[in-house]
Amino acid sequence: MSDSDAAARLVRPFALTGGRTRPSRADFTLITTVTAVDPPPERAPRPQPEQARILRRCARPLAVAELAALLDLPVSVVVIMLSDLLEAGLITAHPPRPVSPRTPDLDLLQKVREGLGRL
Amino acid sequence: MAGSETLAAETPAAPDTVKILIAGGFGVGKTTLVGSVSEIAPLRTEEPLSVAGLGIDDLAGIEQKRATTVAMDFGRITISDELVLYLFGTPGQQRFWFMWNDLAVGALGAVVLIDVRRPESSFAAVDFFERRRIPFVVAVNGFDGRHPYPPDEIRESLALPEHVPVVLCDARRRESSRDVLITLLDLLIASAVE
Repeated sequence: MSDSDAAARLVRPFALTGGRTRPSRADFTLITTVTAVDPPPERAPRPQPEQARILRRCARPLAVAELAALLDLPVSVVVIMLSDLLEAGLITAHPPRPVSPRTPDLDLLQKVREGLGRL
Repeated sequence: MAGSETLAAETPAAPDTVKILIAGGFGVGKTTLVGSVSEIAPLRTEEPLSVAGLGIDDLAGIEQKRATTVAMDFGRITISDELVLYLFGTPGQQRFWFMWNDLAVGALGAVVLIDVRRPESSFAAVDFFERRRIPFVVAVNGFDGRHPYPPDEIRESLALPEHVPVVLCDARRRESSRDVLITLLDLLIASAVE
């Protein structure tokens, strides 16, 4: 039992950071969506005031660019703080939908096309 | 305390996100287009140039106030609960194009907006997307809604290949901006089906 719990704790950050043990700025693009983990993990460090502001803003999923604009901070600065929050297990990060010109995703393109048609 | 699994389920799932770039020369109407079709008033992020990685030599000749940040405006269109489209207006000045490479990664495609009074200010944007093989459409933003030149004439003056659509638009009008985006999606869908 306790062994599998320990394994789960190891797997989780591993999964969040795409195989690296520490998150890096590369995990956050402008349209990566971040969400505060609610409730925060028990062992998480108490967030700094600026971090608490971010956590309040992303109680619901929010793109990094939007977060930066709302906080009136450069994206590069927000990304550094998000890296710390991700490492502390206080947020989750959802990467953008992958787009490859060589293998276009017809289903995705049609969904966007239909959505625009409804405007 | 309840288990984190049950409570985590209450947070709405993060939607997938995609982006389209709105490019073109300085003052061509990029933010106007983003604003007319976005569901939110355009948001702005500003990046200090030192962070963005501009060499110190490149700062020569820029006014001090202007030299401190590069601004980028963007908007959002919610397609569904699971999918959100972002529109990014790229920085207009050519000297800030090092930011474009980052912006261009993972974009569905681009709109190159052209000011009918000075189309040459968007030449470089056309060149940028052609070189990187990023699909794009050219949208000619009329001055005060007027279009003195037919699309073919614009195509000729920009030496655009046949496969690049050229459309006339009024970036101030929501339906017009939406139709530009639809033209881009139709282009992307057509090349995906091929």
